[in-house]
Amino acid sequence: MNLSVHYLWLIPALPLLAAGLGAVTPRSGRRLAAGAAIAAMALSFLLSVGALLTALQDPSAHLTSNFAWFDLGSGALRLGWLLDPLTALMCVMVTFVGLLIFIFSTGYMHEDANYKQFFCFLSLFAAAMLGLLVANSLLLLFICWELVGLASYLLIGFWFHKPSAAAAAKKAFITTRIGDLGLLLGMLWLYDATGSLLFYDGGQGVLEAGALASLVASTTVGGLAVSTAIALLIFCGAVGKSGQFPLHVWLPDAMEGPTPVSALIHAATMVAAGVFLVARVYPLMMIDQGFAAAPLHALTVVAFIGAITALLGALIAVGQNDIKRVLAFSTVSQLGYMMLALGVGSWVAAIFHLLTHAFFKALLFLGAGSVIHAAHHEQDIRQLGGLRGPLRVTFVTFAIGMMALAGVPFLFSGFWSKEAILHAAHGWEVSPLPFYAGLAAVILTAFYMTRLVLEVFFGAPRSPAAAHAHENPPTMTVPLILLAVGAVFLGFLGTPWWPWLQHTLDPSFHSEPGGAGLMVLSIVLVAIGLGSGWALYARPLRATAAAADPLARAVPGVFAALAAKLGFDELYAATVGRLNTALAAGADALDRHLWDGLVRFLARFGEFTGIVTRETDEGILNDGFNATSESLRTTGKAYAKAQSGDAHGYLRVIALGFVIIVLAVLLGGGR
Amino acid sequence: MSFSPLQLCLFFSSALFCVGLIGALSRSNTILVLLGVELMLNAANLNFIAFWRYGPNPAAGTGVIFVLFAIAVAAAEAAVGLALVIAIYRHQKNIRLQDAVRLKG
Amino acid sequence: MIIVLIALALVTLATAAVAMALRNLIHSALLLIASWAGIAAFYLWAGAEFVAFAQVLVYVGAISMVVLFAVLLTRRSRLDLEVAPDPMRRLISALITGGAVLGVLFGAVWSTPLEPTLRAVPSISVRDLGLQLMGPHAASLLVVGALLTVALLGAVVIASQDRRPDKEDGP
Repeated sequence: MNLSVHYLWLIPALPLLAAGLGAVTPRSGRRLAAGAAIAAMALSFLLSVGALLTALQDPSAHLTSNFAWFDLGSGALRLGWLLDPLTALMCVMVTFVGLLIFIFSTGYMHEDANYKQFFCFLSLFAAAMLGLLVANSLLLLFICWELVGLASYLLIGFWFHKPSAAAAAKKAFITTRIGDLGLLLGMLWLYDATGSLLFYDGGQGVLEAGALASLVASTTVGGLAVSTAIALLIFCGAVGKSGQFPLHVWLPDAMEGPTPVSALIHAATMVAAGVFLVARVYPLMMIDQGFAAAPLHALTVVAFIGAITALLGALIAVGQNDIKRVLAFSTVSQLGYMMLALGVGSWVAAIFHLLTHAFFKALLFLGAGSVIHAAHHEQDIRQLGGLRGPLRVTFVTFAIGMMALAGVPFLFSGFWSKEAILHAAHGWEVSPLPFYAGLAAVILTAFYMTRLVLEVFFGAPRSPAAAHAHENPPTMTVPLILLAVGAVFLGFLGTPWWPWLQHTLDPSFHSEPGGAGLMVLSIVLVAIGLGSGWALYARPLRATAAAADPLARAVPGVFAALAAKLGFDELYAATVGRLNTALAAGADALDRHLWDGLVRFLARFGEFTGIVTRETDEGILNDGFNATSESLRTTGKAYAKAQSGDAHGYLRVIALGFVIIVLAVLLGGGR
Repeated sequence: MSFSPLQLCLFFSSALFCVGLIGALSRSNTILVLLGVELMLNAANLNFIAFWRYGPNPAAGTGVIFVLFAIAVAAAEAAVGLALVIAIYRHQKNIRLQDAVRLKG
Repeated sequence: MIIVLIALALVTLATAAVAMALRNLIHSALLLIASWAGIAAFYLWAGAEFVAFAQVLVYVGAISMVVLFAVLLTRRSRLDLEVAPDPMRRLISALITGGAVLGVLFGAVWSTPLEPTLRAVPSISVRDLGLQLMGPHAASLLVVGALLTVALLGAVVIASQDRRPDKEDGP
C-alpha cells in the first residue's frame, strides 16, 4: 500500500473535506460532523503509513511532485508536494495522535453545544497541519502555517464567551504574527535571491546545492551571509509558532482552549511546526557553518534561544498551580530542547524528541483533560488530590507520561530522545552553556512533574469536585492507553544501539560511542529531581487547598517570581504594550489634528467647486436638457394614447391591417 | 360556376375564420372572445389539412404534423387564457374584457 | 364527396355562428363542442384520421371542459350566465371588420387559379406520423413538450388563489 508522491495531497485533502462537511452540517448534526472528522483522520493515517512505506524505500531521496499555481509575468509560481522520511514520519505522528485526540474529544466535548463546530475546526486544523508537512514550497508551507494559526485562534477562543479565552486567542494570534512577519520577510528575500520557493526541484530548489552556494557567497549588512540572514528571519517564524523565548508568552495562555485542543495543537503538533520548519530548511540553516568568516552562525542563535527557553520554561513550570499551565510551560521547555538540538547540529535528535514528545505530551494533556472532566472542570492542583483511586486508568497512563517526560531511564521514550539531545549538546564546540542549561532543565523537569503527580493523584481529595470524581468512558480512556503504549515503545526506535529512526531520517548519521558516562550523569540528575520533588511534596502531602506550597515556604521570593512567570507578561505590557499605546496616541493626535485639518480643507475645496459647478449647471446646461426632456415626454404621451387597453380595439386594428395588406397584394400586383 | 374541392375547403375555412373574428370582436365576455380566437385557430388548421389533402406531396405528412403541433399550442393557449380569465375575474369581479384596462398607457 | 363536405361546412359554420351569438354561455360552449366535432369530421373526410382524433381529444374533450370550468368559476349567480347584451355599435363595427376580412379572403381564394387535382383520399399511417415526429421533427416535439409544461405551470400559477382555500377550486 505504497502511496505515490503524486497523491500525497490526499492526506491533507481528506480532513479538509471533513471540515467542509462539518461547516455545512446543521448544528444538530453532531454525530455526522464527528464521524466525518474521525473517518477522514483514520483514512489520512492509513495514507500516511503508505507514504512512510514509500519513503522508506530510499530514505535519502526527496520525492517531489511540483506544479504551476499561476503564471507570473516571465515565470510561474510553482507549488508542490514533498515526500521524504521527515514528512512521512511527521504525517504518521500527526494523524495518529490526531485520531486519538479526535476520539477523546467525542467524550470530552460531549456536553458542548457547539460540538460540531469543534470538529469542523479540528478537521480544518488537521488539514492545515498536514498540508504544512507535505508542502514542497515555502509559500505553500507559509499558507498552511497561517491556516494552522487561524485554526489555533478559533480553537483557543472556542469558549469565546469567557473573556479570558477570547483574550488568549487574540494574544496567541498576535504574538505568533510577530514571528510570522519574520518568516514572510525571509520568504520574500529568499524568492528575491534565488527566484524559487520550492525546496527540492531537481537541482533548482532552494535547499539544493546551487541555490545554497549562491546564498552563502553573498553578504549583507554587517558581513552577515545572506543565507544566515534569511535563516534567522525564517527562524523568527519558528520562534513565534513554537513558543520560544522571547515569544513564549502566548502558549500558556492558550490553555484557555478545550483540553483536547491543548493536547493536539499546543503540545503535539502545531507548536512542533516551528521545529519542523527549521528541520525542513536545515540545509539553509547550516550552510553558513562552513563559512568561517561569518560573524554569526544561524544555528548558534537557534541553540542559545533553545537553551534559554528550555531552562526558562522548566523554571516557570515549577511555580504554576494550574495543571494545564504546568504542562504548557513544560511544553515550552521541551520545545526549547528541540531547538537546542537543532542548534547544536543534530536535527535528527530534535525530530526524535519531537515525535516522542508528541506522544507523551499529548498523553499528559489528555490525562489532564480526563482529570478535569472527571473533577467538574477543576484545574487547580491545590483543589485536586487523591485521584489515584477513582481515576485508575488515568493515573497509570498519566504516570507513564510523567516518567517519559521526566526522562526516567530505559523504559520510557523521553529518556532516549532527551539523551540524544544532551549527547549532541555535549559535543558542541561553540559553547558549553546550552549543555548546562539542558542539564539543569532535566532536574527541574523531573522535579515539577513529581510535584504535579503528587498534588493531583496522591493524598486526600481537597475539594468536593475532586471527591466526587469518577473514571471517564472508554472513548476517553482508550486513547490514553494507546498513547501510553506509544510513549513507552517509541523510544526504542532510536536507542544508541539501534538508531533506526536516525538512520531513516538522515542516512549519513553515525552513532558515536562513548555516551555511557553522560547517560549515568543524566540518570543521576533525574534521580535528584525526582527525589527532591518527593522530599518536598510527599512528606507531608498537602493537607488542605489553602496550605502554602512547600517550596514557597522554603524560598518565598523565588517561588513568587516563578508563579508570576518571571514577569514576562508585565514586562511586555510595560515595554511593547506601552510603546504601542504611545504610538497609538501619537497616531491618534496626528489623525485628529494634521490629517483631519487636511481632510477638512479638501472638503471645503470640494464644496466650493460644487457650488461653481451647480451654478453653471443650472444656468446653462439645464435648459437644454429640459427642452429635450419635454419633447420626449410629449411624444411619449402621444404614443401612450394608442395603448388604450381595449383588446377589441387591438384585434380590430389587426384585422383591418390584414385587410389592407391583402388588398395591396391583390390589387397592387404583388404577384 | 364550379369550384375545385380545394377552393371549397378554403371558402369553408375563411368563413369559419370570420365567424371567429366577428365573435371575438363583438362580444365583451372574455371567455367568448377566447373561444372566437380558438375558432380562428381551427380555421387555420383546416387550411393546413386542405392543402395537405390536395397538395402535391401528401405522403410527406407535413401538414398533418403542423396541425398536430398547432393543436398542442392551442391547448396551451387555452389553458393559459382561461387561467388569465380566472385571474381577471378575481381582480375585477367580472370578466368584461373592456374593463381590463389597468395597464393602459 | 363534395356534398358531404358542403354539409359538414354548413353544420360547422352554423353552430359556430350561433354559439358566438347566443347570450347563454353554457349554451355557447355546448354548441362550440358541436362545431369542433364538425371540424373533426372534416379532418376524417380529408383522410387525416389521427388529427381528427387529436381534435376530438383536445377540443371536444379537454378544452371544452376547461371552458365550462371557467364559465362556472366566473359567475356569482345563475343570472350571470345571461351576459348583458353587447352595444349595437360594437356589433356593427365587428360585422364591418369581419365582412371586410371575409371579402378579401374570398376574393383572394376566388382569384387564385388552383389546380383542381382530383385524386383519391390520401392516407398517412400513424406509424409514418410517429416516425416523422420522432425523426425530423424531434426537436420541435421536445420544444412543444416544454411549452406545454411551462403553460401548465403558468396556468396554475396565474389561476391559483393567494393561499386562500376555495371550495369551488377543485383539484
